[in-house]
Amino acid sequence: MPAGIVSYGVYIPKYRIRVEEIARVWGDEDDVAQNLNVFEKSVPDADEDSVTIAVEAGRNAIKRGEVDPRRIGAIYAGSESHPYAVKPTGTIVGAAIGTGTEFTTADFEFACKAGTAAMQACLGLVSSGLIDLGMAIGTDTSQGAPGDALEYTAAAGGAAYVIGQDDLAAEIEEIYSFTTDTPDFWRREGRPYPEHGGRFTGEPGYFKHVTNAARGLMKKMGTSPQDYDYAVFHQPNGKFPVRVAGKLGFSREQIDPGLVVSRIGNTYSGASLMGLAATLDAAHPGDRIFLASFGSGAGSDAFSIRVKDKIEKIRCNAPLVEDYIKNAQYLDYALYAKHKGKLRL
Amino acid sequence: MPSTRANYDCETMRSVSIIGAGCTRFGERWDDSLRDLVVETGIMALEDANVSGEEIDALYVGNMSGGRFVEQEHIGALISDCAGLSRLHVPSTRVEAACASGGLAIRQGVLAVASGYSDVVIAAGVEKMTDVTGGTAADALAAAADREWECFFGATFPALYAMIARLHMHEYGTSREQLAEVSVKNHHNGNMNPISQYHTEVTVDKVLNSPIVADPLRVLDCSPITDGAAAVVLAPTELAKKYTDAPIKILAAAQASDTLALHDRRDITTLDATVHAARRAFRQAGLGPKDIDLAEVHDAFTIGEIAAIEDLGFVEKGQGGKTTEEGLTQIGGKIPVNTSGGLKACGHPVGATGIKQAYEMVLQLRGEAGKRQVDGAEIGLTHNVGGCGGTALVHIMSR
Amino acid sequence: MSAAPRFWRHIPQRYNLIGTHCSNCDEYYFPPRDICPNCRRKAQMEDYKFEGTGKVVTYTVIHNSTEDFKRQTPYTLAVIQLDEGPRLTGQVIASPDEVEIGMRVKPVFRILGKEGEKGIIYYGTKFVPAES
Repeated sequence: MPAGIVSYGVYIPKYRIRVEEIARVWGDEDDVAQNLNVFEKSVPDADEDSVTIAVEAGRNAIKRGEVDPRRIGAIYAGSESHPYAVKPTGTIVGAAIGTGTEFTTADFEFACKAGTAAMQACLGLVSSGLIDLGMAIGTDTSQGAPGDALEYTAAAGGAAYVIGQDDLAAEIEEIYSFTTDTPDFWRREGRPYPEHGGRFTGEPGYFKHVTNAARGLMKKMGTSPQDYDYAVFHQPNGKFPVRVAGKLGFSREQIDPGLVVSRIGNTYSGASLMGLAATLDAAHPGDRIFLASFGSGAGSDAFSIRVKDKIEKIRCNAPLVEDYIKNAQYLDYALYAKHKGKLRL
Repeated sequence: MPSTRANYDCETMRSVSIIGAGCTRFGERWDDSLRDLVVETGIMALEDANVSGEEIDALYVGNMSGGRFVEQEHIGALISDCAGLSRLHVPSTRVEAACASGGLAIRQGVLAVASGYSDVVIAAGVEKMTDVTGGTAADALAAAADREWECFFGATFPALYAMIARLHMHEYGTSREQLAEVSVKNHHNGNMNPISQYHTEVTVDKVLNSPIVADPLRVLDCSPITDGAAAVVLAPTELAKKYTDAPIKILAAAQASDTLALHDRRDITTLDATVHAARRAFRQAGLGPKDIDLAEVHDAFTIGEIAAIEDLGFVEKGQGGKTTEEGLTQIGGKIPVNTSGGLKACGHPVGATGIKQAYEMVLQLRGEAGKRQVDGAEIGLTHNVGGCGGTALVHIMSR
Repeated sequence: MSAAPRFWRHIPQRYNLIGTHCSNCDEYYFPPRDICPNCRRKAQMEDYKFEGTGKVVTYTVIHNSTEDFKRQTPYTLAVIQLDEGPRLTGQVIASPDEVEIGMRVKPVFRILGKEGEKGIIYYGTKFVPAES
């Protein structure tokens, strides 16, 4: 029996900081935003974290699909910024969305692709009949070290997907993953900010894994870019996904609806799932969506997704990605630093 | 409102009087511990009453939070011991109703004497608040509110009164200036009171421009953190003359409770506990608000006094601000309120306040209040509130 | 000082506004009451999950807080009347000039507090203006 997406929901905090404001503070060039193709990023409120974002996204997914939360047999939340190193985000999400006690959970981490890995795990449990519904979440309030290049793009947001076998809004036709041991970007236990290999994160990191996963999936399915209406690639900035799409043979039109990074930054574990949600917000029944995430460390998960009729019935039951993007309140660098806890108290 | 029970039948219970009273100076008493303050006030009260240790039948002490402020509970045994009464094995009881602990101690003492169970009883109150930092003190005081459902969500004690003030302003047009007038009046009175914490005058402008605590309340709308202790000695009226020429008769000792959390109140701008305690007190005494010559009311925050004069029945609901501004409650006005300086200027050592109110009333009714004396003071009322209205005590006393 | 058990006991209330309803007199209670003040022992109490929508009855902007909330000031605290009837005390996330008596609000899931750097994180419900 096919399995796939029963419902989805997102959450993006309302605060923003403009890239040019960050550049002003660090004395960087005016054209940083142009170079990254990222103009502003989302900032969490002082009382928000990956858990609160996961709960809001999860509640939106429940609401959109009118899902009975007690049917959820597994919750997997992927993040680089779980507030606890020990005590899973999934337990709090479960209590907050009303799953009751009959479910399994454990937290996921794989840099920016923890959310898609969670989705694969849910697919497994659902397809085997071991559980009825699963919830996969990608959520982050990622930290960029002050003055580091990543500070321009490290943003906050999350997306939640309810995975099941009946009543699908979109079927997941096939998955393929490509994973290696590549130290392109990492964070040691207990350290507040990640380290990265600069240009090493490009070709040997992002491009190698995304292209291999994408080609692997299309080979497995016998499909090509023309067989898809939309494509979503992980978006650490506004340039990489455009370049990899071109390399693989996907067009600008195919990737545009899912390209949200220019306006909200890189939501890390939530990023590809956020792009997918923005695409689902626009897609029609019968459309086919190609998705390839990327997580440093490194790996890429590729999905082939077919949109079903149900999407039109449920789409407007919860806020769209665009609704959250438009609800924006701007901060200066000082308030941003206070919100993100960068000031040592 | 449903009718309220009188629960004090004057015909079968004997009359009680205050035969002596004492009160320490209120303020930041760095050199004195809780025990020191208790002993200081105890001696004052006993000497004033001409009573010896052997004559004391029972002790009642009001103390809100010895545990949080000085890590000491078992305050009943503590004060009996400090007072040198442990060898006489005097029964000693601590009572607690947050900021109404002192008033509660008086009522418990009155009941013990009125019932015939005891003859000479001491009702004392003490709080030592400055041995901890301001933040810890604020947190200890917040326990007077609903910890689980108010404080946990970020409520502070001033915030609750601030919400009462805002709604009172919205519904009745009470202004910030009218709130400030309470502070001005009480500072003016406190300046004439030797035991008061503050001897400074303030102006409406100074109050309005003081730092914001919880909008609309500012620092000068709020009573301070204070150390202090007070005590009164109670005896049956029929025996009082043995001790003093000027016994002060207790005509009523009434108490009422209400919901703990502000959000559960019937009407957020009315302290029903005050309303019911007052009605019971007036019924016990066979009097009405117009018979009262002066009152000590619970002005933990300026809005507290405004609500109090309404809820006690001195003015109509909603008129508290206007009548205060017009001078109704000044010394020389129709009903002087808080001649001691109130909680605002005299200070608010939580457990002691209710007793201090009685001490002030004793001085006034004896004609010993010096510069703040109210001419012809014959019948006085004291009003003590716990939290933002969970408990209220009202006593009426006369010469 | 850890209040973990006291917090944990009320997670259904803090996360999901689970209160009680007395089907004898049809009154709703939040926080939940075991004893209905109207009916006392004649009450028939059942759990009830509140929508969380309601209006502001009164509010204040707190500038001086207790230790736990020091870094969050100024913040707005309000008495909110839920649509089903009961009132509760909660924070409203809005700028001070946005808040007014009678304003409609809806619930959001936020951090209420933390026990320092090492202790547990308390999550729960705050409120935002209904149109946001």
